[in-house]
Amino acid sequence: MTNLAINLPGLELKNPIMPASGCFAFGREYSEFYDLSKLGAVIMKAATGTERFGNPTPRVAETASGMLNAIGLQNPGVEKIIEKEVPFLGQYDTSIIANVAGSTLEEYEKVAAAFNQTDQVHALELNISCPNVKEGGIQFGTDPSMAAKVTETVKNASQLPVYVKLSPNVTNIVEMAKAVELAGADGLSMINTITGMQIHLPTKKPLIANKTGGLSGPAIKPVAIRMIYEVKQHVSIPIIGMGGISNAEDVLEFLLAGASAVAVGTANFSNPFVCPEIIDALPETLNRYGFDSVEDAIGKGIM
Amino acid sequence: MIKKETMLIKFVEQIALDTIEMVVENAYISKTAIPGQFLHVAVDGQTLRRPISIADINREKETITLLFKIVGSGTAKLATLKPGMSMDVLGPSGNGFQIVDKEPSTILLIGGGIGVPPLYYLGKTLAEKNKEIISILGFQTEKSVFYEEKFSSLGRTYIVTNDGSYGETGFVTDVIEKAGQFDRYYSCGPVPMLKAITAKLVDKPGMISLEERMGCGVGACMACVIPTDSNGGYKKICSDGPVFHAQEVSL
Ligand SMILES: Cc1cc2nc3c(=O)[nH]c(=O)nc-3n(C[C@H](O)[C@H](O)[C@H](O)COP(=O)(O)OP(=O)(O)OC[C@H]3O[C@@H](n4cnc5c(N)ncnc54)[C@H](O)[C@@H]3O)c2cc1C
Repeated sequence: MTNLAINLPGLELKNPIMPASGCFAFGREYSEFYDLSKLGAVIMKAATGTERFGNPTPRVAETASGMLNAIGLQNPGVEKIIEKEVPFLGQYDTSIIANVAGSTLEEYEKVAAAFNQTDQVHALELNISCPNVKEGGIQFGTDPSMAAKVTETVKNASQLPVYVKLSPNVTNIVEMAKAVELAGADGLSMINTITGMQIHLPTKKPLIANKTGGLSGPAIKPVAIRMIYEVKQHVSIPIIGMGGISNAEDVLEFLLAGASAVAVGTANFSNPFVCPEIIDALPETLNRYGFDSVEDAIGKGIM
Repeated sequence: MIKKETMLIKFVEQIALDTIEMVVENAYISKTAIPGQFLHVAVDGQTLRRPISIADINREKETITLLFKIVGSGTAKLATLKPGMSMDVLGPSGNGFQIVDKEPSTILLIGGGIGVPPLYYLGKTLAEKNKEIISILGFQTEKSVFYEEKFSSLGRTYIVTNDGSYGETGFVTDVIEKAGQFDRYYSCGPVPMLKAITAKLVDKPGMISLEERMGCGVGACMACVIPTDSNGGYKKICSDGPVFHAQEVSL
């Protein structure tokens, strides 16, 4: 029997596969396709202190092997999420990770503290890297001392393990990772989207209303693999890897680079069944490359 | 309920300038879809699916007709598919047109360009319910006109071309007076057209079908939203729409 289980701070995962934040809302839509209990965990759509309506449209553009998005953190606000969405996901036998976002330290603190009210959330993913909101978000994600500060603030406000989601839009990812580890992060989640732009020829203007958007999909996978590979060698906290994963081979590649679990994002859009299909294919894929467990493969690619 | 289905392609033909008619077979979709719903079509080599409206359904033969215009890489690839090949779709997606069954009534259908297709299945369904149908169909030029005969078989039909090369000259809104009395309207087409129509017909009950660039197509990713005129909030075109009451959204 191939062992897919993996234990991380706050998370006893039956398998290492979870849908990525923002690509799965709060699970309702995908629960119509399959039983969410199949998933290792679900990372919820970002929560902010109060309701946010997000950016004007168009919010997405297709690119070669990927897509750009600038949704702008549209969400009903943390209180409504705790009241309406968390209990829905709580019916399933899966771990719940809440994605915490904000524009100011106070907002991050408020959102993180709010999740103490519920015992159905198992960990926080601290979103310091959303490239699509005007204030906050990205500054916290590109300056190591700001990143450390927000990590510390959220750690103090929350009873839950905190996974800090790193932005790839930096020159030195290792420095960012070390700064948040030192500030108390229990884990890392990487990578968020890479800032990009598409110009629409008929109008000669940026296609996305926000002008820039975050690039996701297979196009960014090599960047994610490289960053995880580098970071893994300099931190001792676990990494949830993401960036363009669409099949079990991709998952193995992330494990080899040093991820302990992975999130699947954009691939859900083309195939709503992609997560369960990956879970079903993973044992055979691990075996084919000589591994009996997920645990075995973690970091084995590092030389 | 949206399912992931495989459609068998039965027929593909170009019926107007860059416009393809495709007939596909699928039992589940042909039995469950209503007018105004769409299919989210996977295209080989493209990250995102393409939303295409259901233009007609034949329940006995279990076939669905799609009409699409070649505008970019995705629709260009779809146009190369041949009978016997299959296509992966999510559907039936979205909320379709609401049909008011009670009173006998006259219905005005107003379609612009590639917004015409969903109105055909709607018109056919309404005609079966003994409604009187009047159609106004706008196209850029004579070469892009399609389905004139099909709509004519449902009722009085006006064709309008922007350049005047066929039918009336100008925009669909220029013909509304000519069409005479009606009780209710349904429209699909480019946003400037829908804006003009909903402003002109502000006193009439109507429904409009909207387009926006989509991500997931199932209501999860929040890409294809439209502001509502109420409280600054948004509705999701893929799952709350694509059909809305004319005054429900701000265009
Ligand atoms: C609910 C709905 C129903 C539709 N029904 C039809 C139909 O019956 N027939 C038809 O010809 N067209 C229809 N469209 C428009 C059709 O989806 C686009 O023309 C098509 O996606 C373009 O793809 P492409 O790869 O050829 O173009 P590209 O420009 O290369 O596409 C790039 C990206 O932009 C998106 N996109 C581009 N134009 C549009 C558009 N107008 N609306 C939404 N997304 C767009 C594509 O889906 C893709 O993600 C519908 C759109 C919606 C939202």
